[in-house]
Amino acid sequence: MPVWNIIQAVNDALRVEMRRDPRVVVMGEDVGKFGGVFRATSGLQEEFGVERVFDTPLSEGGIIGTAIGMALYGLRPVPEIQFADFIFPAFDQIVNELAKFRYRSGGEYPCKVVIRTPYGGGIRGGHYHSQSPEAYFAHTPGLKVVIPSNPYDAKGLLIAAIRDEDPVLFLEPKRVYRAARGEVPEGDYTVPLGQAKVVREGQGVTVLCYGAMVHTVMEAVDKQGAAEYDPEVIDLRTLVPLDTEAVLGSVRKTGRVVIVYEAPKTCGYGAELAALIAEKALLHLEAPIARVAGLDTPFPYTLELEYLPSPERIARAIANTARF
Amino acid sequence: MSCPIPGEVRPLAEDDPALQLRQILNEEGEADAGAVAALGLGRQELLRLYRGMLLIRVMDERLMSLQRQGRIGFYGEARGQEATIIGTAAALGERDYIVPALREAGAAIFRGLPLRLYIAQILGNANDVCKGHQMPCHPGTRAARYVTMSSCVGTQLPHATGMAYAMRLTGDEAIVVGYLGDGATAQADFHVALNFAGVWRVPVVFVCQNNQWAISTPVTLQSAAPTLAHRAVAYGMPWARVDGNDVLACYAVMREARMRALAGGGPTFIEALTYRMGAHSSSDDPSRYRDESVTEAWRSKDPLRRVERLLERMGILDAAGVAALRASLDDEVRETVAAEEQVGPPPLRSLVEDVFHAVPPHLEEQLAELLPLSRQPVGARTHG
Repeated sequence: MPVWNIIQAVNDALRVEMRRDPRVVVMGEDVGKFGGVFRATSGLQEEFGVERVFDTPLSEGGIIGTAIGMALYGLRPVPEIQFADFIFPAFDQIVNELAKFRYRSGGEYPCKVVIRTPYGGGIRGGHYHSQSPEAYFAHTPGLKVVIPSNPYDAKGLLIAAIRDEDPVLFLEPKRVYRAARGEVPEGDYTVPLGQAKVVREGQGVTVLCYGAMVHTVMEAVDKQGAAEYDPEVIDLRTLVPLDTEAVLGSVRKTGRVVIVYEAPKTCGYGAELAALIAEKALLHLEAPIARVAGLDTPFPYTLELEYLPSPERIARAIANTARF
Repeated sequence: MSCPIPGEVRPLAEDDPALQLRQILNEEGEADAGAVAALGLGRQELLRLYRGMLLIRVMDERLMSLQRQGRIGFYGEARGQEATIIGTAAALGERDYIVPALREAGAAIFRGLPLRLYIAQILGNANDVCKGHQMPCHPGTRAARYVTMSSCVGTQLPHATGMAYAMRLTGDEAIVVGYLGDGATAQADFHVALNFAGVWRVPVVFVCQNNQWAISTPVTLQSAAPTLAHRAVAYGMPWARVDGNDVLACYAVMREARMRALAGGGPTFIEALTYRMGAHSSSDDPSRYRDESVTEAWRSKDPLRRVERLLERMGILDAAGVAALRASLDDEVRETVAAEEQVGPPPLRSLVEDVFHAVPPHLEEQLAELLPLSRQPVGARTHG
């Protein structure tokens, strides 16, 4: 079995689906001949031609708006937004159009688009190459939000996302694009949307995380002494639909929970997780719910590692929660 | 040096050819017989065009009246714009798609959307295809190849471009028409749609119903270009300016644009100059912001009366025939409204349907909270 990084896994997922389904097209800025700024679409135009893998004019709103039109006619476009930070010109098209088409037409016009976009900090990208905008989209009814943390899941989830009947925002953790490596089966397989994965079983503290933060949490466990508290680390993999049972089952078992996400703390996805746990598992809790998140500031350049949840900060939160 | 006054930038002389409008049927209802014959429209087809226009007029009168009576929540009439709507729609083929703005429902009905479904949509009742999910005047069905719009201005235009891309990719012999108003030309999505369409050379026709008002804002405040059609030049696409109150000219320019698109000649922008005779919507009062003597002047350009004169001269329909057709359409609208008003609201479950392909557990749970069954102590609930 080949050992790949996340970029190679994404590339292979696109290739598998484009070979299987002629409705799948790949579009975006620099995705054609160049293969994308992160090389995720490398070689696809060569194999599938310029009609199915094409560069668009430089307009995120145009990429998503036209992808919606293609989907209305039955194609399955997989547009790339070069950086998640650049997704906001398309916000109206995603929130008011893509997410609402099925609903507003009573099912006459489902709109199947999978938006791929690299997100997250830790690559010295400053404000506009580092943000984690998942909460805006998880808040929008009608969108599914998927975030893999490793190559195996990236390929399996992306194939599942393309085959799913609903629009999907597929956020790729660019900090670990190349660093996260692992065995990836060749050919066709899926990882179902809506199923979290227990990365490390434990009895002491539930740690909820996703994307690049899964690796940071594991560093806290393996290298910063948090293993002492026997944490159970859960990689959510899909924020919408959320694997509620996996979250609540673990919290009921451990009675303690730390939520880790790199977006600004206030109204981040972790706030929803905390509310869910408070609503449905309050009487199982032995300690306050802890959140380790980015600061409520724009994403900084020089001090980005201080801004991001660090292994040390996470380990401290796990220890405090375990000892409460 | 003085500061230019917004809306008064007019670099072209009034007699500039670029400002001339294509016209076949003039304001007196006169047309060159050869020009009419060249359209290839038979007597039945001309009558059908008129019927489509008259239905819009009759429907608008009836539904505006129902809105005033509080029987429907909202209505956006198309009075004065019937020629653009029907003339352009009549030039489409069965497989062509319409991506509409607010005032093209008459085109959907013309293309086969049953009147009862349009009325059901306006009432938001259990017969409504979109299950009461949207406010009135937002119809859409696959069968009529009429896409369901949002209320956001101009967002539909990139969809039209993308859909045309998909048609070409799949090798379908069809085009998309994307409708917009003059206000939409100021939107980023207008630029996006025309720019992408120009680069991709896809089979899409943009029809701008320039009715000269975006609620209270006149078209002169939307763009400093001499005409809206000038905007097309920068996108490398052909354009046409047409008398939007002339159904035959609208048909002619749309037919030409469609043939060009089908032949691989790419997109076209059509500016149909017309006038919004009524309010923006039932929530609007134009007397507060515009000189209604201008509106009165536009009455002499009424698109229906021109066709009536033509039909009378051609011996297709006389004044008595017009009156009879009007009465029968009015009866049809009244009877349809009466029948649909008897239909109740959509079932409660429709609230959570069509958000996703299947209703997910969290929405099942939220729906259950609306039911009387859920009025029990928290301790009795199964969660937690």
